[in-house]
Amino acid sequence: MASSSPVRHAWRVLLGLVLVTGVLFGINALGVYVFQKSSWTPELALDLQGGTQIVLQAQTEDGAAPSQEQMDQAAAIIRQRVDASGVSEADITTEGGQNIVVQIPGVADEQTRDRIKSSAQLEFRAVLATTAASNEFVGDDGNSTPYPSPDPSLNATPTAKPTDASDPSWVTDKLQAEFLAYDCANPDNDPARAPKDQPLIACDDMGQAKYLLGPAELDGTAITDAVAGRDPKSGAWLVQLTMNDKGTEDFGTVSTRLNQYRLDGLSPRDQFAFVLDGRVISAPRMNGLILDGRPSISGSFTQESATTLADQLKFGALPLSFTVQSSGTVSATLGTQQLQIGLIAGLIGLALVAVYSLIVYRALGAIIVASIAVMGVLTYIIICILAWRMGFRLSLAGVAGLIVSIGFVADSFIVYFERIRDELRDGKSITAAVEDGWGRAKRTIYISKSINILAAVVLYILADATVKGFAFTLGLTTLIDVFIFVIFTHPVMQLLVRTRFFGGGHPLSGLDPQALGAVYRSRSQFREVATASAGRGARVARSRGEADRRQTIAERKRAEALAAERSSTTSGEGEN
Amino acid sequence: MASMNEFGNNLYSGKTSFPFVGKRRLWFIIAIALVVGSILVPLIRPIQFSIEFTGGSQFTVQAPDSIDQKTASTAVHSVVPTATTKVVVVSGKDIRVQTDQMSDEETQKVSAALADAYGVETDSVTSSYIGPAWGENVTRQSLWGLAIFLALTFLILALYFRTWKMSAAAIIGLLDVLVITIGVYALAGFEISPAAVIGFLTILAYSLYDTTVVFDKIRENTTEDGEKSGRTFGESVNLAVNQTLVRSINTSIVAALPVGAILFIGAFWLGAETLTDISLSIFVGILVATYSTLFVAAPLYSLFRENEPQIKSRDAKVRAARLKATADV
Repeated sequence: MASSSPVRHAWRVLLGLVLVTGVLFGINALGVYVFQKSSWTPELALDLQGGTQIVLQAQTEDGAAPSQEQMDQAAAIIRQRVDASGVSEADITTEGGQNIVVQIPGVADEQTRDRIKSSAQLEFRAVLATTAASNEFVGDDGNSTPYPSPDPSLNATPTAKPTDASDPSWVTDKLQAEFLAYDCANPDNDPARAPKDQPLIACDDMGQAKYLLGPAELDGTAITDAVAGRDPKSGAWLVQLTMNDKGTEDFGTVSTRLNQYRLDGLSPRDQFAFVLDGRVISAPRMNGLILDGRPSISGSFTQESATTLADQLKFGALPLSFTVQSSGTVSATLGTQQLQIGLIAGLIGLALVAVYSLIVYRALGAIIVASIAVMGVLTYIIICILAWRMGFRLSLAGVAGLIVSIGFVADSFIVYFERIRDELRDGKSITAAVEDGWGRAKRTIYISKSINILAAVVLYILADATVKGFAFTLGLTTLIDVFIFVIFTHPVMQLLVRTRFFGGGHPLSGLDPQALGAVYRSRSQFREVATASAGRGARVARSRGEADRRQTIAERKRAEALAAERSSTTSGEGEN
Repeated sequence: MASMNEFGNNLYSGKTSFPFVGKRRLWFIIAIALVVGSILVPLIRPIQFSIEFTGGSQFTVQAPDSIDQKTASTAVHSVVPTATTKVVVVSGKDIRVQTDQMSDEETQKVSAALADAYGVETDSVTSSYIGPAWGENVTRQSLWGLAIFLALTFLILALYFRTWKMSAAAIIGLLDVLVITIGVYALAGFEISPAAVIGFLTILAYSLYDTTVVFDKIRENTTEDGEKSGRTFGESVNLAVNQTLVRSINTSIVAALPVGAILFIGAFWLGAETLTDISLSIFVGILVATYSTLFVAAPLYSLFRENEPQIKSRDAKVRAARLKATADV
């Protein structure tokens, strides 16, 4: 019996595998039960669950490629738009240098599409009136009643022609009624449809206040820069704006007018609002005359909120526009069907691989099947965790990657088992063959699998979304494959060769030395092969190895000559 | 499977030996013929690119009662009279209509018109729009990926095997696989879609993987016991290829089985275009990759190395000793 150290080592490694598996399940359990963000089933990509995918290309006005910062901001702008349209669980990601991928469950209506692709619009509008966000009033009976929808017959044209953007005569009877009935929870501020020269009803970011605003007086192009900083005196966070020449002049006019309202106590008409995509992101009060085009906005900012506002002003000012690169809708039934096809194909593929392994490798085939099973469990739980932590979604291409990987994984075992068999053919004992075969096979597997992982990484970095899913699953399974190989297959082999079935080389074990052309009595003691199936060549090769070690230089030369002769005639007749 | 074992034993010992290196001139002629043929195929049968590469709009009507193709053209023309349409019946029950690029509004209207014409729910009509830049981007990215991957692989293999000649042989073998696979694709008239491109990229990984396994055995045979073996360099390479032949066969079978399952299912169960496209290219690629490793990469490596002075003189010594031994007996 061999020393027990490989056995102990094997048990320890297997225990490690159980621990790793346990920890992975624990992590996901934490995600499911504690954070309530994870799930026990993998998240599916759009092509498997159905939905709409729109790929937009962001373009700056001057045609220059947008920076990563601008892209992130553009994605944030689109996210707000999608959220505003009442679609939940949309997935918005930037991809490559210029693309934004919007994935929406279900079919996106035309309004949502229009909203998504309209360009970012930042406007400055004077405030005419403001109230809390509620669209209800308390009636005589003491109950809250929603304001009725405005009567269409109400007067919609100003009685007197407004003289400036702050003129109260903009507020017609109809607009007043609309303003009161406006529901911030269900806003209708489509950025594509807000006329610049008309008043606008808009809610603030938090949905806590609503504003009745005058026509736009300046747009985002007036701003050249916006940064978050601290007031040198009070240390409070503020947002510092820099305007261009035209902006400075126009803002000066607005500032003069609004500052006068402040002095006259005409609140809230001393406020002006920054409106991004039809939402008020800030509505500061004019605190003085600003004629140098460098206003700063102060308030109860934190560093984060100041930075957000600065970014919104800066990037909202950039007239980023979006062109649709591709859009497609997959119906939910089609997605489910595709997933079904994938799963069935996977199961059939798995069954075929199992049957073939069992035929060719007999009982060793069972180890292949067991390893693939362990691999399946680990891959599944890791995909669940990745869905939670990284937002990984399994796409159809990803499923294909998983199915293809079954075959690739089985190959590591083929390399290993063929190696063991080669060692057996060299006349080694089964236990020694497993150790030596492992030593050689692992080198081969490490180098060849690194090439696979390299391919997956390069694909993942360079490819677009469809290819990414595939590269990701292929890379992931290759990594898990190598892991399983070291931490499951090899230790299991080490243990199994200590059993009589495998260690004794049972004909059904797949490790029958006799069938493999070698026979041993005990360690390092060989006798000639008597069976017909054992090739003479094996014996010759083995004897040559043995003989080589004991030869003198002169003998070796002679043997070399003989060997050369033998391999050239292939018959191998002759004495040793 | 005693016969398989015996076959393996004989290959291992060298009793049975396929002349992968010995007859390499023949294999190279065949390989060159295949590559030239693959390059010529598109001249006769232009490669079909899918709509993702050409740009356009595509509508799929799921399982309508009638599969009359005229109905589709009529419906499209009722919205855009000048549109060119290509209508096909997919997997016997769905109607797929490809048109020029349409605006969003037109797309909506065509979807509605199709649903109406075939008497199905609007939900059963899926539409997609692909801008012309999309395919261009994918192609450019894929080519970049290919170039970077090849460069890195070349480097890693050269470092691992300590000879750039193995990298060169492996990569030439790889290009061989790629060209032939695309040739087969073109010959069969399959459309090249983004999914097929994924498949081609996977083949790269698979082909290199396969070559690496065989080359590792070659490395072992030519360095570890090469000096005393009494074999010429070419014979050592050939023995290594033969010794790994059972593995090569088993690997390609096992790798092809699941992929074949996808193909099989995809062919009978409809609508799994992505899966079918990916698996088709991989299936063809696996077979070509196995062939290429055995008949192109390994003999090529032997060809590259044989003229090195050290190897040349050793081979000469082995041959001389062999002659002498024959004379002695």
